[in-house]
Amino acid sequence: MTKPLAGHQVGEQIRNQVPDAVIEASEEWVLIKPESLLAVANFLKTTPGLEFDYLNCITGVDYLDYLEVVYHLTSMRHNHGIVLKARCSRENAEVPSLVGLWRGADLQEREIYDLLGITFVGHPNLKRIFMWQGFEGHPLRRDYL
Amino acid sequence: MEIDKPAFDFSLEEIDREEGRQIEELMARSQEPLPDPVEWLQAELSRNVLVTSVDKLLNWGRHYSLWPATTGLACCAMEMVATAASRFDIARFGMEIFRASPRQADLMIVAGTLTWKMARALRMLYDQMAEPKWVLAMGACAISGGTFAHSYSVVPGVNRIIPVDVYVPGCPPRPEALLYGVMKVHEKIERRSVSEDLIDLRRLIKGRATQGSQA
Repeated sequence: MTKPLAGHQVGEQIRNQVPDAVIEASEEWVLIKPESLLAVANFLKTTPGLEFDYLNCITGVDYLDYLEVVYHLTSMRHNHGIVLKARCSRENAEVPSLVGLWRGADLQEREIYDLLGITFVGHPNLKRIFMWQGFEGHPLRRDYL
Repeated sequence: MEIDKPAFDFSLEEIDREEGRQIEELMARSQEPLPDPVEWLQAELSRNVLVTSVDKLLNWGRHYSLWPATTGLACCAMEMVATAASRFDIARFGMEIFRASPRQADLMIVAGTLTWKMARALRMLYDQMAEPKWVLAMGACAISGGTFAHSYSVVPGVNRIIPVDVYVPGCPPRPEALLYGVMKVHEKIERRSVSEDLIDLRRLIKGRATQGSQA
């Protein structure tokens, strides 16, 4: 069974490396500022002892006041995992893309862009994946309809 | 030796845009359900006495080798697979060959949720099937859209896209229900007369002739 790492311990490591990146760190997850997400992800992927080489999944959530993107990371080498979160406003929904680090992010970021309308800055091919071109709105937003 | 690369005069964006345009157009066109083919219910009255024996032979042949097209769209397809497997054994009706090509199929079992993006492909498959052909709508989603009837992406009933002969309700229907629906299709086939085929054929030949004269 993959061991979940404590969020506040990993958060401490991130704080030492990337100052001002962590907003909040709980037992289960670490909340990251979107503008430093790329640096944090790179740190988590390359640091010996952490080496999160696998991105399980990306989830987009609409909390009405803000939108949230949840990243589940796993290290195949050390068999441990961590949950990263990043928040953005509904009006200016922008989060950096992680395709450069994990190729698996490609289609999932496109899906979140399609259904929740979060723009992943730096994505190589950000266009709709489920709905067709010319479809109005983002159907999984809670104010849709 | 140099190989000529195929020159495409369209980009990926243009293909996407064209697909979106066609889907929107299909949506606008299919706001009303197509009428069910029900003339066969009165078929007994107008039957031509001369061809009844021929009808019997043809219909007997047709209804014992009704080849279905593989159109499993969602979870109902699992029940369709169960129907085809050994326990329920659709081979008893001479239907065990699920055809991957619509050109070799007589019956289209639409098993599952149809989305607007898929609707165009389904219509294309239906058009490619050879006459005579029958359609069976399996499950709540295929009949009316089911739980997704008011959704942004689901067709509320496949009868918006293709005319449906038999509806099998359930979510999903048990294999027994599907077999009952197939037997209803058989009943319908038994009522068919070869004179209908002749009318179709005459129409087809006439269509060809007018096309030829235009060319």
